[in-house]
Amino acid sequence: MVENRPFATFLTHLVLVLGVIAIALPVWITFVAATHDPLRMGQAPLPMWPGDHFLTNMKQTLFGSGLSGTEGAPVWLMLLNSLAMALMISTGKIIISLLSAFAIVYFKFPFRMTFFWMIFITLMLPVEVRILPTFEVVADLGMLNSYWGLSVPLIASATATFMFRQVFLTVPDEMLESARIDGAGPLRFFFDILLPLSRTNIAALFVILFIYGWNQYLWPLLITTDTSMTTIVMSIKQMLEAAEQSPQWNIIMATALLAMIPPVFVVIAMQKLFVQGLTETDK
Amino acid sequence: MADIQLKDLVKSYGPTEVLHHIEGDIKDGEFIVIVGPSGCGKSTLLRMIAGLETVTSGEIAIGGKRVNELEPASRDIAMVFQNYALYPHMSVRENMAYGLKIRKLSKEEINRRVEEAAEILEIKQYLDRKPRQLSGGQRQRVAMGRAIVRDPQVFLFDEPLSNLDAKLRVQMRLEIRKLQQSLGVTSIYVTHDQVEAMTLGDRLMVLNGGYVEQFGTPIELYDRPASVFVAGFIGSPAMNFLPAEVQNGQALLPGGAQVPVMGQHSGQATFGIRPEHLQADEAGPIAIQIDMLEQLGANTLLHGRLQGTDHTLVASVPGHAIDAPGTLRRFAVPAERSHLFDATSGKRLAD
Repeated sequence: MVENRPFATFLTHLVLVLGVIAIALPVWITFVAATHDPLRMGQAPLPMWPGDHFLTNMKQTLFGSGLSGTEGAPVWLMLLNSLAMALMISTGKIIISLLSAFAIVYFKFPFRMTFFWMIFITLMLPVEVRILPTFEVVADLGMLNSYWGLSVPLIASATATFMFRQVFLTVPDEMLESARIDGAGPLRFFFDILLPLSRTNIAALFVILFIYGWNQYLWPLLITTDTSMTTIVMSIKQMLEAAEQSPQWNIIMATALLAMIPPVFVVIAMQKLFVQGLTETDK
Repeated sequence: MADIQLKDLVKSYGPTEVLHHIEGDIKDGEFIVIVGPSGCGKSTLLRMIAGLETVTSGEIAIGGKRVNELEPASRDIAMVFQNYALYPHMSVRENMAYGLKIRKLSKEEINRRVEEAAEILEIKQYLDRKPRQLSGGQRQRVAMGRAIVRDPQVFLFDEPLSNLDAKLRVQMRLEIRKLQQSLGVTSIYVTHDQVEAMTLGDRLMVLNGGYVEQFGTPIELYDRPASVFVAGFIGSPAMNFLPAEVQNGQALLPGGAQVPVMGQHSGQATFGIRPEHLQADEAGPIAIQIDMLEQLGANTLLHGRLQGTDHTLVASVPGHAIDAPGTLRRFAVPAERSHLFDATSGKRLAD
């Protein structure tokens, strides 16, 4: 839609600018808060321009015990935990969904559609719904306070299976037939043809799933009791409620800032593939 | 190189039989075209030979060996698909080499074969491009190259030219023919285009509704079509058909015209005559009331009706004709050029 009406241009820009402010302002305040000393953060009004304590704050946050006066894990460990959890969840989800979608689309076996719908129905059962039985199972398997416990229960994914099924359905039948004539067995076909063809979709899904994994809050909160296993997202909340002291906003905000970096990095690094994967239909 | 035998071949999907007892002997090095209207089962037949469809009953033998149970890869065939089915993420070279790589040929051997095929098809300069950077005709060549490098016993073509524009189609048609002749590989080619079929095939198998209507050389099919269907399908413009009453070597046509025919048949029949075999003749028995002209340059098609009836007829006269609509023109019919078919079964009546 290309129109040449000054008022409309002004209006659209106004809406966009307001939108950007609404999103950017909290991030700016977070950044500013992470650059002041604790004393300044305790006073009104809220500072709007950066101070000069950024490096000291960062150092204390990353390598100190985080909040002074508590026995929390250092933030670098939390970052590592979160990263491990998010990576395990996203790669696990992608591998399992690729395999199940491959089975459902390319193999004829009894109750194929039944299995497909069973997988699909699990969409109605996110962690929050099945949290008690899942906790029970994970506890019985002795996976509390471990990376496996953090990631495995979240790995099965109906959405990703469904998405890969749709991707595979767009691959023309002749591709499979041509590969059969070339002598490629099912596994060869999967690795040589199907995987490269769904490259962009895998990337797009990875971005979405990484952020999903990174943002997990309830599940890690439930199954990690050991402070060395806490993830960064849950620890921010815990810092706010640190016992018997007023919140140390500079440290909390520095932690929040650090928590934002990996998802932002993943999105920026994969942006091109991400857009292609969600829009490209040409096979 | 190998001959192919189709013995009593049947294909059913559940209770529906789509191919009925196909028989065919294909000699080593022959170029066979399977032709028929869409839905006649021609692609299914080809895919059965390729091994992409199962055989319900009957037998397919390549080089004297039964292949019913073999996977496509072990039948020693190569297939060119209608939409080419090139792997979009591989370069032309990788596309052509893929099958050879799976067969674990040495790197030098693969390279040699790919270069050789690229040379023959004149696609050497595209070897490192991706399929999407090529035009339709070039992709077509790559698809053929992929078939050639495998050095198979049989080439199978599934309407390979239908995605190309008319000019390129004619050019590729000639190239396929030349290539097949120089390689001498037994080939089966599926098309719905009767011109393509006539020009390419050593022999044509005309399929209709899952039955083989006729299996013979293009000239046989043109001169002595075995049924009304073949007669109408082969040749362009299509043959004219008129109901007739045959007696004593004469056919009585609607409207009272009498034309001589061959053979001893008598009774009801379908009389057929090709437009190009109607001879302009002032004293001829067939009078056509002209409705419309089609100027083709070298000849002119006269569309009209048999005088006094509603039966449409097409006549082809050489050069330019300028008859106004409504004009009456008379034509003679040489007896040896006319065809008689059974009025009910549509089968050709003995001459």
